[in-house]
Amino acid sequence: MQFGGLCAVNDFSIELKPGELVGLIGPNGAGKTTVFNMITGSLKPTSGRVLWLEEDVAGLPPHYVAARGIARTFQNIRLFGDMTVLENVMVSFHFRLRSSFWEAMTGLPGYGREERRIRKDALEFLEEMGLLHLANEKASSLAYGQQRRLEIARALATRPKLLLLDEPAAGMNPPETRELAELVRELRTKYDLTILLIEHDMKFVMGLCGRIQVLDYGITIATGSPAEIQCNPDVIRAYLGGEGDGQCLR
Amino acid sequence: MKNRNLILNILGISALFGVLRLFEAYGSEYQVRILDNMGVFITLAVSYNLVVGVCGQLHLGPNAFITIGAYTSALLTMSPAEKQMSFIITPLVWPLNVLHAPFALSLVAGGVMAALFAFLISFPVFRVRGDYLAIVTLGFGEVVRVLANALQSVTNGPLGLKGLPPRTNLWWSWGIAVLTTLLVVKLINSSYGRAMKAIREDETAAKAMGIDPFRHLVLAFMVSAFFSGVSGGLLAHLITTISPTLFTFFLTFNLLMIIVVGGLGSTTGAIVGAVLFTWGSEALRVVESDMNFGLFTIPGIPGMRMVLFSLILLLVIIFARHGVMGRGEITWNRIASGWGALAGRKSA
Repeated sequence: MQFGGLCAVNDFSIELKPGELVGLIGPNGAGKTTVFNMITGSLKPTSGRVLWLEEDVAGLPPHYVAARGIARTFQNIRLFGDMTVLENVMVSFHFRLRSSFWEAMTGLPGYGREERRIRKDALEFLEEMGLLHLANEKASSLAYGQQRRLEIARALATRPKLLLLDEPAAGMNPPETRELAELVRELRTKYDLTILLIEHDMKFVMGLCGRIQVLDYGITIATGSPAEIQCNPDVIRAYLGGEGDGQCLR
Repeated sequence: MKNRNLILNILGISALFGVLRLFEAYGSEYQVRILDNMGVFITLAVSYNLVVGVCGQLHLGPNAFITIGAYTSALLTMSPAEKQMSFIITPLVWPLNVLHAPFALSLVAGGVMAALFAFLISFPVFRVRGDYLAIVTLGFGEVVRVLANALQSVTNGPLGLKGLPPRTNLWWSWGIAVLTTLLVVKLINSSYGRAMKAIREDETAAKAMGIDPFRHLVLAFMVSAFFSGVSGGLLAHLITTISPTLFTFFLTFNLLMIIVVGGLGSTTGAIVGAVLFTWGSEALRVVESDMNFGLFTIPGIPGMRMVLFSLILLLVIIFARHGVMGRGEITWNRIASGWGALAGRKSA
């Protein structure tokens, strides 16, 4: 992926097996979010392919990619601030809506049934994420941790097969982070998800992910299990500079 | 709850039409005229608000759709003989010169034609966002005005169309206002409306949740243009004379003022704004005539009303930055809970 003269991510390759939980880490500016943007269609890779279920989705518009089962959250929370918590989740059901816009505008019973079903399902997702009591609050009035959870609920409501989490634990305190790790594990089994996540909290990543890939200046410098990554000298150098020789990331 | 709201809606609308019936029977011609205008402006404000307030796209060309609707509808209700008499410089092209349709059909045709134009220009318009979108739509409004001037064989050029049948009355103008409001509210509260609001709030996130912004913006734009076109037809048959200079950017500015004062994104706000605007612009006529204070007389200054309107707009922006209603709505549920709280306080 090239931005003008700047090569943001180069020769990146990652393979996800169904049900895997993979971490993508690296120092600031390494190109992690750029990878997410390429997978979800926000950016079209300058060269290369994004194979998803035997289809090349590189360069498809983001809403096509979302409809094919790839959902994401954002590093800088992007909720629909002026809408209620419930409405935020209900938006995710829209692309599966069967009723035409005429049926919705004239309020035919067929649409009414669909609307009730969407509301019920959306409330279930909220309950799952412990946000049910906030259903009618404005999304922007939520606390930071709750906003992060709402983003996950909204992404889950698109019923994805692959979930991309961009720094889900950012700004959370240690107990909240532990809770989140537990939640991510539960969601993966319950919804049969493949999860790729970006995170700076090493404890969170090391404890959660089965496999980790490390990016630095757009180049993959290491991949492997948490234990392998923790003491990989290249990774230590990327994070701590030359002084980190012989140490391990914890 | 749902049944109660339905009954209250029916009662409210019946009461409204009862009041209109009284005005029709006992009101002066002047009062009826103001009410006619009010109904049309409610339709215009509610449909304009769908694009600007709900979808969050600053579209500055509703006057174009009003013009298209007005001309389409006027050309259909004029009889072939009248058209032959009006088009003295260049004769009207076939088949417009022989077409003759009843009023209701001409309104629908005006709306459909406006929606068709909306569909065509939505391709360049929704390639851009923000200030650029405002400029493109503003430009479209001007293009339509210039075309109305230049296409003499269709619009009769600067001469305009005169002597249209004065078919717009209280029932047409308010009937369409009520119908528009019901349909637009239904749309806003549906899943499609949620998708439109999501695009307004954060387009990137909306796309990531599987929503195609282009499709939904075009939809809102066409629905809005349809009702603007119908209102154009109503205005044409209210004023009975239309010309290219009638629906300029000034009209768009007034509509923008109405929905901003009412509260962007609030349908009830748009209605409140339209009522205040049409009533206010008549009530404020006082300041344009000579005012006698006994000892001295202030001479009337034409255009003083607009100065006062600007002042009101400034005050709203300073003291109620989100308009009278903000994004809130007056609903039966809110009235009921407000009433309950009030009754509770009295009994306590």
